[in-house]
Amino acid sequence: MLELAGRQLRSRLILGTGGFPSLELLREAIEASGTELVTVALRRIDPGMRGSLVDVLDAAGVELLPNTAGCFTARDAVMTARLAREAFETDLIKLEVIGDERTLLPDAPELLVAAEELVDDGFTVLPYTNDDPVLARRLEDVGCAAVMPAGSPIGSGIGIANPYNVALIVEHARVPVVLDAGIGTASDAALAMELGCDAVLCASAISRARDPVRMARAIRAAVEAGRAALEAGRIPRRRYAEASSPMHGLPELSGGPVE
Amino acid sequence: MTASVNGEPREVAAGTTVTALVVELGLPAGGRGVAVAIDGEVVPRAEWGTREVDEGARVEVLTAMQGG
Repeated sequence: MLELAGRQLRSRLILGTGGFPSLELLREAIEASGTELVTVALRRIDPGMRGSLVDVLDAAGVELLPNTAGCFTARDAVMTARLAREAFETDLIKLEVIGDERTLLPDAPELLVAAEELVDDGFTVLPYTNDDPVLARRLEDVGCAAVMPAGSPIGSGIGIANPYNVALIVEHARVPVVLDAGIGTASDAALAMELGCDAVLCASAISRARDPVRMARAIRAAVEAGRAALEAGRIPRRRYAEASSPMHGLPELSGGPVE
Repeated sequence: MTASVNGEPREVAAGTTVTALVVELGLPAGGRGVAVAIDGEVVPRAEWGTREVDEGARVEVLTAMQGG
């Protein structure tokens, strides 16, 4: 059971809803993923939009995690969070403050300012952050309910560029760590869990896969496998072999007859 | 009179409330999944029924989109 932001979640996979070609595929992927928490963005209404995203998500029985995607300043992110709270009647917010258009990596100083302001305003803040152990600690110190380091840039599918840093964040965190962004395929999600992350947030790897529903199933299994492996305790790495069959009791098979 | 709704000029009758505007835009009056800001300030849902859209107001009407 994952305890995140005061909730008890059976699934350690949080699904991003971005990039699914249709609401029907999104619905099927939610079901296949087993997720209980999904992200949504807030945008100007689109008169041409068919079907209601919120209706689909409500029917799937998942909780909404609104994001502040697209915000480049603390001020815009705080405003977007307040609008999201009105729209979705939730104090949960996935805080994103982007600092660079090409990499979409977080703007650390703005992120910290926004996190502190939103915590003070009563939000349960889940910040999308760099894989920086010091920044993660600062976010925790201002009262964030989790830290969500990027494995690599959003939508890149590179996987976890710096497993050492992610392990450091996990080692020192007193709040849940959610590996957010960069997952490309199932093995990346398994690695995140083996490194000790409490959950994985994944959008593009599923939504832009050739078969999103099948990938949702694969990443679900990977998250479960990685978690189980962590709990089981991996063997240490060695430089040389350690025989797994006993060396004693070997028969004498070479050489001629005994003289 | 004219207000700006999501960056486009829009004719609104005097006395139009936020609720009325939301319904005009084809959204449910209850507004689940919808948020409104006027001149850069959030309009809490509890005030939609009484808050009027003034001449020249900059209104943003937002809703859930796939993302994140």
